[in-house]
Amino acid sequence: MRQFDLEMNNLKKRLVDMAEIVQEMIKFSVDMIVKRDINLSKEVFNREREANLTEIVVDDTCLKLIALNQPVGTDLRFITSAMKINSDLERMGDEAVNICEIGEELLKYPNLKPLIDIPKMAVAVIAMVKDSIEAFNLSDADLADTVLSKDDEVDELKKIIIKDLLAFMTNTSDQTTLIRAIDLMFIAKSLERLGDHATNIAEDVIFMVHGKDIRHLKSL
Amino acid sequence: MNGNVKIKIKELNLYYGNFHALKNINMDIRTNRITALIGPSGCGKSTLLRTLNRINDTIDGVRITGEVIINGKNIYGEDMQVDRVRKEVGMVFQRPNPFPLTVYNNIAFGLEINRMVKSKKETAKIVQESLEDVLLWDDLKNNLKMSALNLSLEQQQRLCVARVIAIKPQIILLDEPCSALDPKSTANLEELMQELKQKYTLVIVTHNMQQAARLSDDTAYMFMGNLIEFDQTSTIFTNPSKKETDDYVSGRFG
Repeated sequence: MRQFDLEMNNLKKRLVDMAEIVQEMIKFSVDMIVKRDINLSKEVFNREREANLTEIVVDDTCLKLIALNQPVGTDLRFITSAMKINSDLERMGDEAVNICEIGEELLKYPNLKPLIDIPKMAVAVIAMVKDSIEAFNLSDADLADTVLSKDDEVDELKKIIIKDLLAFMTNTSDQTTLIRAIDLMFIAKSLERLGDHATNIAEDVIFMVHGKDIRHLKSL
Repeated sequence: MNGNVKIKIKELNLYYGNFHALKNINMDIRTNRITALIGPSGCGKSTLLRTLNRINDTIDGVRITGEVIINGKNIYGEDMQVDRVRKEVGMVFQRPNPFPLTVYNNIAFGLEINRMVKSKKETAKIVQESLEDVLLWDDLKNNLKMSALNLSLEQQQRLCVARVIAIKPQIILLDEPCSALDPKSTANLEELMQELKQKYTLVIVTHNMQQAARLSDDTAYMFMGNLIEFDQTSTIFTNPSKKETDDYVSGRFG
């Protein structure tokens, strides 16, 4: 195998591993709130360091691959996609950290309500990350396509959550109720952003495979 | 740069008559790596390469000062024999130049004149190993008596590499070894060089900057007989410290 191909394979593997870490981060951050286990936040913070380090290594690798090999065609699309996926994954790690930080605040109070839709959202989002990176790993544009439709599900769940929480907020002037409701809204917002990042990855995969840009089709 | 130094070049100057072709070159070439010499035509890169196995000595009017230290010994020292240097430092040229002999004898020749073998059997063994190392054995094992001149250019160049490694050098110099080859053969030869660096130290002169970028570990940029910058290839091509180097590798100059 050519040296270049070996390095491209390593790059791919690094991103797949990074996505694995990010999935764990999302899972731990939401579990922390659902199980009310503050120790889980450590798991998230530890993994964030790993994800950040990978981000730097991947960017550096891509820069060198371009400078030293002058890739064109599929190879070039692979590398530019890898750079964008890298930055989406790192942002996802940041969102998981955001959820944790809000969670640490939230755990100071008793549960506002049983959490049903937030865990549902987390499951959907983790599946999106898993499928989008699998699509990248296998250059499977069809699988990437399924991620796009799943994002609608996540957006829908977020709307339901906000509506439920608004009901709590309009019937009370109790400050702790308001704080908890707002915190949960922020968490729903973070989960929705996570879905958007997974969607970006799926769009990058479709570009990588077909060379076709499908972003912002409705608005352009 | 860290790593074991294989060739230490110290204050090396070379004059062709009155022309000062290499100007005070200082450079540490590291073991088991591919070092590329790049720069515009006439910058001195081939001259520098040729000082490393004393091929310039055969040219009239050449004067050399300074040292080239290989394995702790200055190859320009008074007690140094040129044939010893050339045995340790092999060379592959721009155009494949096999001897007008059979494939087998192209390799056996060097072994015999260097008195490296005691028996026919030993010769045959080294011929096979050398051809295996350059991935020619499977193609040619039934045609060892064929004239080397009937091989394709890529095969001829591989044979020239086999001829060099048969006499077990430590360093292989390559002077634009791919310039007579098509892109596919070039890629194959580059792959071979990547494998050879496990066992040897390679120094290559290339006009093709892309080749230097994708193939080498370290790169030296030369201009008008001066060594302008010498660093890891990834640094030279992403963040060189001299503006002249940046201008050259990005194609704005040269």
